[in-house]
Formats: sequence, structure tokens, C-alpha cells
Amino acid sequence: MSWDTQRSGAGPVDSELVSLDAAELARRIHAREVSSVEVTRAHLERIEAVDGPAESGVHAFLHLDADGALAAAGAADRAIADGGPVSPLAGVPIALKDNLTTTDMPTTCASRILEGWRPPYDATVVTRLRAAGLVPLGKTNLDEFAMGSSTENSAFGPSRNPWDLTRIPGGSGGGSSSAVAAGESPLALGSDTGGSIRQPGAVTGTVGVKPTYGTVSRYGLVAFSSSLDQIGPCARSVLDAALLHEVIGGKDANDQTSVSAPLPPVVEAAQAGARGDLAGVRVGVVSEFSGEGYHSGVLAAFTDAVRVLGELGADVVEVSCPSFAYALPAYYLIAPSEASSNLARFDAMRYGLRVGDDGEHAADEVMSLTREAGFGAEVKRRIMIGTHALSAGSYDALYGKAQKARTLIVRDFTAAFETCDVLVSPTTPTTAFAIGERSDDPLAMYLADLCTIPSNLAGNAALSVPCGRSADDGLPVGLQVMAPALADDRAYRVAAAYEAATAGSAAGPRIPELRALETSR
Amino acid sequence: MTATVESAPYTVEEVCEHFDPVMGLEVHVELNTDTKMFCGCANAFGAEPNTNICPVCLGLPGALPRVNGTAVESAITIGLALNCQVRERSGFARKNYFYPDMPKNFQISQYEDPIVFDGYLDVPLDDGGTWRVEIERAHMEEDTGKSLHIGGATGRIHGADYSLLDYNRAGVPLIEIVTKPIVGAGVRAPEVARAYVTALRDVLRGLAVSDVRMDQGSMRCDANVSLKPKGTEEFGTRTETKNVNSLRSVERAVRYEMGRHAGVLLSGGTIRQETRHFDEQSGTTSAGRPKETFADYRFFPEPDLPPLEPSRDWVESLRAGLPERPWERRARIQTEWGLSDEELRDLVNAEALDLVADTVDAGAPPEAARSWWVSYLAQQANTAGVTLPELAITPVQVARVVALVGEGTLTNKLARQVVDGVLAGEGEPDEVVSGRGLAVVSDESALTTAVDEALAAQPDIAEKIRAGKTKAAGAIVGAVMKATRGQADAARVQELVLERCR
Amino acid sequence: MSDITRDDVAHLARLARLAVSDAELDMFSAQIDAIVDTVSKVGEIPDDVPPTAQVVPQTNVVRPDTVEPSLPRDVVLAAAPAAEEGRFRVPRILGEGA
Repeated sequence: MSWDTQRSGAGPVDSELVSLDAAELARRIHAREVSSVEVTRAHLERIEAVDGPAESGVHAFLHLDADGALAAAGAADRAIADGGPVSPLAGVPIALKDNLTTTDMPTTCASRILEGWRPPYDATVVTRLRAAGLVPLGKTNLDEFAMGSSTENSAFGPSRNPWDLTRIPGGSGGGSSSAVAAGESPLALGSDTGGSIRQPGAVTGTVGVKPTYGTVSRYGLVAFSSSLDQIGPCARSVLDAALLHEVIGGKDANDQTSVSAPLPPVVEAAQAGARGDLAGVRVGVVSEFSGEGYHSGVLAAFTDAVRVLGELGADVVEVSCPSFAYALPAYYLIAPSEASSNLARFDAMRYGLRVGDDGEHAADEVMSLTREAGFGAEVKRRIMIGTHALSAGSYDALYGKAQKARTLIVRDFTAAFETCDVLVSPTTPTTAFAIGERSDDPLAMYLADLCTIPSNLAGNAALSVPCGRSADDGLPVGLQVMAPALADDRAYRVAAAYEAATAGSAAGPRIPELRALETSR
Repeated sequence: MTATVESAPYTVEEVCEHFDPVMGLEVHVELNTDTKMFCGCANAFGAEPNTNICPVCLGLPGALPRVNGTAVESAITIGLALNCQVRERSGFARKNYFYPDMPKNFQISQYEDPIVFDGYLDVPLDDGGTWRVEIERAHMEEDTGKSLHIGGATGRIHGADYSLLDYNRAGVPLIEIVTKPIVGAGVRAPEVARAYVTALRDVLRGLAVSDVRMDQGSMRCDANVSLKPKGTEEFGTRTETKNVNSLRSVERAVRYEMGRHAGVLLSGGTIRQETRHFDEQSGTTSAGRPKETFADYRFFPEPDLPPLEPSRDWVESLRAGLPERPWERRARIQTEWGLSDEELRDLVNAEALDLVADTVDAGAPPEAARSWWVSYLAQQANTAGVTLPELAITPVQVARVVALVGEGTLTNKLARQVVDGVLAGEGEPDEVVSGRGLAVVSDESALTTAVDEALAAQPDIAEKIRAGKTKAAGAIVGAVMKATRGQADAARVQELVLERCR
Repeated sequence: MSDITRDDVAHLARLARLAVSDAELDMFSAQIDAIVDTVSKVGEIPDDVPPTAQVVPQTNVVRPDTVEPSLPRDVVLAAAPAAEEGRFRVPRILGEGA
């Protein structure tokens, strides 16, 4: 049996279901052309077909809850049959990054230290998904505690890029992006601290959005770097991302950094953008995001995308943000500093792994033995860097200066947004690299987030939308669109216009066939 | 060397021949808000272990702190009462260190920008004078959980086999009030320390923001002491004495450390900067376990909480709502209760003034309230070797006892037994009354039966009474009181005896 | 380079409660030295630039002092590595940590 033959001709309906956008799935479910249970079952079958084995499959999921998903789908179908008002995405399946707390599934952050931990509470975004009738399928893979750009730092093995299973799907949210790219789920949630939604979106040919900091509650997101983390949607289309954004966004009393301002009208913006008119929109090309380290195929795709934006009526200008040179250094000080504190709670006392409790070792020693055994190398490295950056002797020169860098980056954005409505860049300098290629060189790995980090430091909105394939290797490239804080709708409008203009060409097929994997099983 | 010094410290008079003592006092106060500092769990003393915990105060992954607005208001109020400035923009910071009773392994506190700073408190001294203690700052933070050490010989931390943790107290709001160095008190330094903590307690009690019970840990004092040789300006090395759990201990701990420092310094030794623990029994201090490295708390701004910018209007409305100062209140009370200077001083010295006032506030007449605290309860405190405020009875409970006497449920003698029961931990006064069966027997038919039985048992006396010798009734009353184990109202029994013999 | 030595990393590991092995010390000290060297670029920034710790545009966010339900103790203790008498059981504690 192969997936391909099953899908060809007048095959079963589920082969089509797994390639549809969430908006189209929702339309069919709400029109009762298909049931949520059928849609959910189709995705569970697709997962069954392509996700395993962990050593060679897509390996997007760390935990699957088929029974829970089918129960939730059944409930959505009943609600729709009852004829009452339902949310625009009711009945549509979704995958959750495994650093979001869920009461009905474990939350591991892809770490041994939390293996098997079942939280006693749902993250706010999960509560909102459930209330809106979405159907959680399972928990997706990530770099341990979201620290990485490839999922290779997962304690449970990497996820693989559906476009080429020898390559990384990006990170940290490679599980979510590869699940969406592989047809395992039409939607997913990720978290973006330095690019963990956008960079995986770029390298898997999917849409990934980092909303404005504070517009989506972080309550229940296991913190990596609290002042940078933001939950956001992963989807196959800009409109799908906007629909999901509206479900999860908005003020939450459980997160005092969540803002009171109304959520920007992202769905409206995506719909308006899809009509293809960008007349009068001022688009700034950030000149710092090119040059050494950027693949020519990526730059060519980006240049072509900018040309398309111009054809759609946008006024394209070049802008300079010189302080972005400090973004990567500042990020690799601030994020590890906050992480060193956030991850201190994993100490074997109240939950999670405990190692060395033999009656001889004191509490302090058990903490050290557990953390040594439970954390992977990248997590330990960042904890120690953060501990160093915050130490009395280094604070002013490292953490303190990183905060000053943040000020300069905010100023650069402010100045650029005085002359531009949005800024654009490649999402990441290269296409998906090979698994293992950078795993021994942390600094090389960190470069993957070069273009995405500034928006985390400044807290503004940014997204990645597919922008064709690189001529070098045929792999997907992402276009990053950045907008001012609380103006997420601008990024959606521009991305939707670009998406509509290039439909069927630049973005290419949204779901790779995975034939190679199918026939090898 | 240290052992001999510690067994024979110098007196403060001897110390001050060579040195000027310098003190810094850090007082932690638990606020009596309904909920914790950063979550909605109940802030309740003495609950079943781990019943007031949630993802936030247990530090579960993904949980986020949420500032308690009332706690912020209390912090500002405390600052205003201590004549502090309120910072226009203040924020929280994380203090990072690992300890099992701290669920996140960091404490949310305030570092460079405490909510209030730069104040003072004019502290009344025993001789009627005052001493101005300058306040450096007061800031908000969260309390830790409590550990119980199991096994080993003593149940103490050293030698225990393992520990049990209760996080009910984790996250309870704390205000830490820090003085500037107190210099120039000389031989009165121990007295000034006690007087400051006493005055601070009185002010905070007046604000009703804390239970300020040192015995229950809702008020805790760390005393920093150093000595500088007379005529020099540079402060000596300080020690920080913890576990100072009563007002008297504050004075004793400072006195002891002054003597110990002098002993070490005068014999050519040097003081090690360290944390010391005060022992209530011996009145001495001992060194804590030496730290392997100097603590580096790696403070940084708390990213999960936005800054606080109290508006001028808010601050001024809180200032306008400040209660009268304790000393002003004293003057008023003296007039209202008609106390002589001496009676007032006795109340203050016995630390009874607030207790009496609170008892009056709870409904008791001033005279009855005063009488209980200065006589019977004072005796009990004296016997137990504790101060009046440390007695395990509250003004509300005393007021209830007074009320029970007033309504005839208790005689004065029974009332004392009820108080004994409360002090023994048998619960509220009403629970002691029913638990010990102490209520006055006021059931008329039962009393009448007892009277009739006593008359029948002593027919000759009954005859005398009937003959008009009413004085003989005393013997029958005595028999009835004996039969009812003292729980009858003797006056009513007397009436009944005369009635039945009519 | 940034002058992070093997001893420095051993100290950081102790502060961070990581019982790192000798082999890890070798690896981490080289990597952390290189990373700290790279990120030290922020040192170029003038001291007079004000810091940004947060990008949240609001202040004075507080909640009412109203009691909310706590978690059931059994649920919480069931997730603990060890529990006894309604409490978390942990190995013996040795004085205050640093």
C-alpha cells in the first residue's frame, strides 16, 4: 500500500481532507458536508502513516490523544448539529507544541526532566481552543524547552522536514511546523522566543506568526525567556493563521503582561489582503538582512517576493537598522539569563524527574544530579551562560548591556516604522539544513534566528509566509513581514496579498507527498 | 578561643568603653491579606498542609504571578506611616537561589526600586524620650514554604534523615522594612532595638495590615550588629542574627552580639561576616553553617510583572486614610478611659494597651478589659515566661469571656477556667465552655431539685431557716454549690433556698 | 577570548545545580568561552543608553484580593516524586544554599 495510490483517482475522501486549509475544512464541517469526526480520523490516519517511526518518520508528535480527539470532534459535530452558534474553527483539528500545559495529555517540553508530567491545569490558549470547539490531536516535538533551531535538541529525537526527511524542520517548533506541512494537522500552536514559530514555518513552507508581545496569554506556556516568549499560530494559509490568532488572542487576567488593547483585526486584514491590492502600503526592506551567510537561492526568492509586492502597488524602500547587529548577542544574553531563572524550578522536589534519592545524598545534591541527568547539553549550556551573565561580576557588562541593546533595537524599529508600514526580510538566511550539520557548533546554529530575533527583543508583530523554493536546493523559503506592536493586521494584509498573488506558483504544493517515506514502510 | 569569649561576653557598658555599636534592623512582616502575594490562594495561618496551593505558588511550569492589589496598597500605607517617599516607578525583581522551601528557586522581591524608601520612625523609649530610627526602604516580596525535619535525634535540620515540605506559606505577602544604620545609641543600643521593633509593631497593628505576631512568625526580625572603635568612622564587620522571635529577644540578641564582638575584637580576633542564630533558651547566638561561596543572588527585573506607578491621587488618598499614630491614640485613650499617667504607663510597659484597646473594640467595657489583662492574664504570662502579646489568647477571645460573664453564663471563677482552656489550646471560649461543661447551671428546675435535696439531707438546718434564721441558708447554698461543682450562681441558689423554706 | 575558564564553568555549574562531568566541563568551557566572546559585542554600546527590561506598554496591573480555589492536594502530591503525611517528601536539607 502506498499513500500515493490511496489518494489518486476516486480514492477515499480523507486523502483530500488532510491537504485542505482550516478555513475550507471548517466550511465543510459547518455545512455538514463532512463531520469533524471524519476530518479528525483522516488526520489521525495520516499521522499513523507518516509520523513514525521516531527514527525515520516525520516524528512531529511526542504524544497523540486519538480518543480525546475523536471525543472532542464528536462534541463539535453535536454542537454544529444543534444549530447553535459555533466558533469559525469549531471541529478543526489542531496540534499543540509540547510546552503548553494540558490536563489531558503530558507536557514534557521534550525534556527528560519532565517526562510523563501531567499538569493539573490547561494553558489559557488551550482553554480557549477547547471553548472554540477545536480538536487537539496531540503534543508536538520541540527543541528541549524551546532552545534550538532544529528540534535536534529534543530529548526524544528530532522531527524531520516533510520536504526532505534528512533535513531539519526548523526549531524550536519543528514538530508543529512539520505536522502542518506533512498534512498531519491543518493547524498548530507554537511559541516564538527568537524565531521558533517563523523559522520552522519558513523551512517547511508553512505560515508562522509571532503576534505582538502581550496579545496572546502566556499562562500555561512553560517559560523559556519570559520577556520574549510569545505563543502564535502555525498554519497553511495566512487566513487560517488569522482565524486561529483570533481564537487564542486577547487579554487574560492570568497573565499580567497581557495587554488590554483590543486584538488587531487580523482576519479582516487577511481577507482584505487576499483581494490583492497593496496600493499606498510602504514596505521597507531591511538592508542589514543580506550578505554573508545568506544563501543565494534564499536572497533570490526574497528579491522576487519584493518585486511582487511592488507589482501589487506597495511602495518599496530600503531602510537601515544598524543596531540589529546587536540583536543576536543581546538575545543570547537575555534569553539564557531569564532561562537560568525560569528553569531553576526543575529541582526534583515537587514534580518531574528525581535522581540520586538514595538516603545518602542531601536535597542539594539530588537537585544537581537530577538537573545533570534531566537536561540536555544545550539547556545546560544556556543555563550556565545565563548564570554567568547575571552574576554580580558580569551583570553590567553582559546582561545590563544586552538591555541597552534592546533599547537601541526598539529605537531602530520605531524610526523604520515612521517611514514604513511594514518591514520585510528573508525569515532565515538559509533553507533547511541537514540533520547533524550544525549540532556540534552552537554559534552556527544560532545564526538561523538572525532575522527573527529583533522582533522578539522589540515585542512587535512578525510573521513568515512561504515565498517559493530556493533555486539552489528546491527547498521552501520564507518571507518575513514585520509590523509595529499592536499592528499585526498590517503584516497579515501584506502576507495575504503576497500569498494570493503567488498562489499555485511561488509557494508550490502545500503538502509534500512523502512518497519516499510511504514506500519504505 | 571563641568558646571562652562566647561564655563570658562583655557587658554593654564595658563594650561602650571601647566601641560604638552600629545596628541595622531588617523586619519581615506578613501581610494579613485574604490571598497570597501573587495568586488567589488563601493566606491563612495553620491550615492543613498543602491545601492552599495552586500552580502559581507551587511554581508549576507555565504558571505566572499576579500581583495582589491590596498587598501593594498595604505596602504603600506602611511606607506612608513610616514617613517614607513612594517611588514613582517601582518594579519587582527575581532573587535567585536554590532552596527546597522555595518552589521556583527564586523569590519575587524588589531590588533597586523598592516601592517606598527614605523614611523614619520616632521611637518612644522607656524613659519617655524618643529615638529617631531612619528607614532605608520597605519592599514587597513573597514568603517561602515550611519544612519539617524528620528523623535524627532532635527533629532539627542537622542530622535529619529527610524533610517534609508544606507550601501553604509559600507566596504569602511579606513586607521587608530595612533601617539605615543606627549609630550613636551606645549602651542603649539593645533598648533602642527593642523599642524600634515594638514601635514598628504598634504602628503596623494600628494600620491593621498584619497580625504582627512574632510567636507565629508573622513578624520576624534580623538584627545586624557591628562595632566601630571609638573615634573612628569606619563601620566594623557586621553579623546578621536571625531567629529572633520576641521583642525581648531583640534586645537580648543585640546585647549578646555586642558583647561577643567586643570579646573577639579586644582579644585581637576578627569578626567574620556571617549569619548567626539566636537561641532563646541560652540567650546566645551561634554561627550558621558556613556558606561554601558568597551568595550571588543574580537579581534581575521580573519579566512577568509590569512596573508599578502609583498615582499621586492614590497615594494621597491612602495618606488621608492613615489612622492616628499610636502615641496620639494613647493620649486619646487615656482621656476616654480616665486613666492616670501611672495606669497608662503600666499598661504600655506591660504591652497591654493595644490588647486592652482591641478588647474594648471587640465589645468589652474598658474597666473589665483592663482588669483581665493587667491581673489574671498578666499572672498567666508571668508564669509562662512570655509577654502579654505572646499569650495564646486574642483580645476578641477575652472580649467574648467578658461578654459571657456579663450575660450570666459564667461566674468570674468559671471565666478564669475558660481563659485557662483557651490558653491551653482548647479552642474558642464557647468551645471551652461546652468542652469543659463550665456554664453556670441556670436550669431552674435542676437547681430547685438540688436545693430540695440539700434541704432534705439536712432537715435541722432547713428547720432553722423556716424559723427565720436566714443566715443558716449559707450551709445549704454551700452544699448546692458543691453538688453542682461550682457552676451554679450562688446568689440565685440563696434566693431559691429562702423561697423553698418560705 | 572572553577568559571563561574551566574553573569558572565549574563554579557556574555549582551555582546552577548541575553536576557536570569532567568531559562536559572541557566541552562547555570551550563553547561557553566562544559564545560569551561573541555576545560580548554588546559591550560596545554606550553606558548612557537606558535599559529595556520589558516591552509591555502598561503599568499597575493588579488583581483583587479575592480567594480563588486551590488545587486538590491529592492531585498535586500524586505528581510528586515522594510524599508523606500530606507533604512533599524530599531528601535531607543542609542549611541555606547560596
